[in-house]
Amino acid sequence: MEKKKTTIILFSGDYDKAMAAYIIANGAAAYDHEVVIFHTFWGLNALRKDENIEVKKTFMEKMLGKMMPRGADKMGLSKMHFAGMGPKMIKDVMKKHNAMTLPQLIDMAQEQDVKLIACTMTMDLLGLRQEELLEKIEYAGVAAYLADAEDGNVNLFI
Amino acid sequence: MNSNKVLDAKGLACPMPIVKTKKALNELETGEVLEIHATDKGAKADLIAWSASTGNELIKHEEENGVLKFWIKKG
Repeated sequence: MEKKKTTIILFSGDYDKAMAAYIIANGAAAYDHEVVIFHTFWGLNALRKDENIEVKKTFMEKMLGKMMPRGADKMGLSKMHFAGMGPKMIKDVMKKHNAMTLPQLIDMAQEQDVKLIACTMTMDLLGLRQEELLEKIEYAGVAAYLADAEDGNVNLFI
Repeated sequence: MNSNKVLDAKGLACPMPIVKTKKALNELETGEVLEIHATDKGAKADLIAWSASTGNELIKHEEENGVLKFWIKKG
C-alpha cells in the first residue's frame, strides 16, 4: 500500500494556529501519512531557536529579528492576546487538560519524521539565517512544495 | 479479552492517544492485540476511524467508569 500524503503550509505566526497545524501533522503521521509542513512568512518563527544566535545582519534584519517571536513558545495568540496575558492563560488551561504545548508538538513531529521545510525566499525577506532555526530542517522553495503537494491527499494552508 | 500489550493513554489529550497507539502497535507482530485505555472523549471516533484507514482491526470497544477501552488487532 502506497503511503498517503499530507502537506501543510504554515503561514501564520500565531501560537494557536501553529498548534492546529502541528496537531494535524502529528495526527497524519500517526495515520501513516508522509507529512510535510512548509513554513513561510510568520510561520518561520515556529522554527526559530529560543536563544540569541550571533549572525551578521543588516540594520533592518536586526530590527525584524527583534520584533518577531524567537521560537514557538514566544508566539502570540490570534485572538485574545491581551498584551501577553492570553498566552499565559491558554498555557495554564492546556496544562490542566494535559494538552501538548507547541514546542512539544514540534518535537513530537520531528520524532515522527514529519518533514519540516523552511521557505528560503521568505527567510531572506525576514532576515532569518539557517543558524537561527532548529536542526534537521530542510530548505526549499515553491517548486519543492508543489512536488510534495501535487500527489498529496490532504493539503492545508494555515 | 486477551491482549498482548496494554497502552495507558488515560489523561492524554488529542492527538496523543492515536500517536501513542501507532507507536505501541509498531512494536507488535501482525495478529497481536493491543488494548488501549483512554479518557479523551474524541478517542472513540478517532480510533474507529484510525483503525479503518490504517488496515488494523478494531475488535471491540467499551466504556467503563469513564474510561474508554479499545482492543485493536494489528493488520
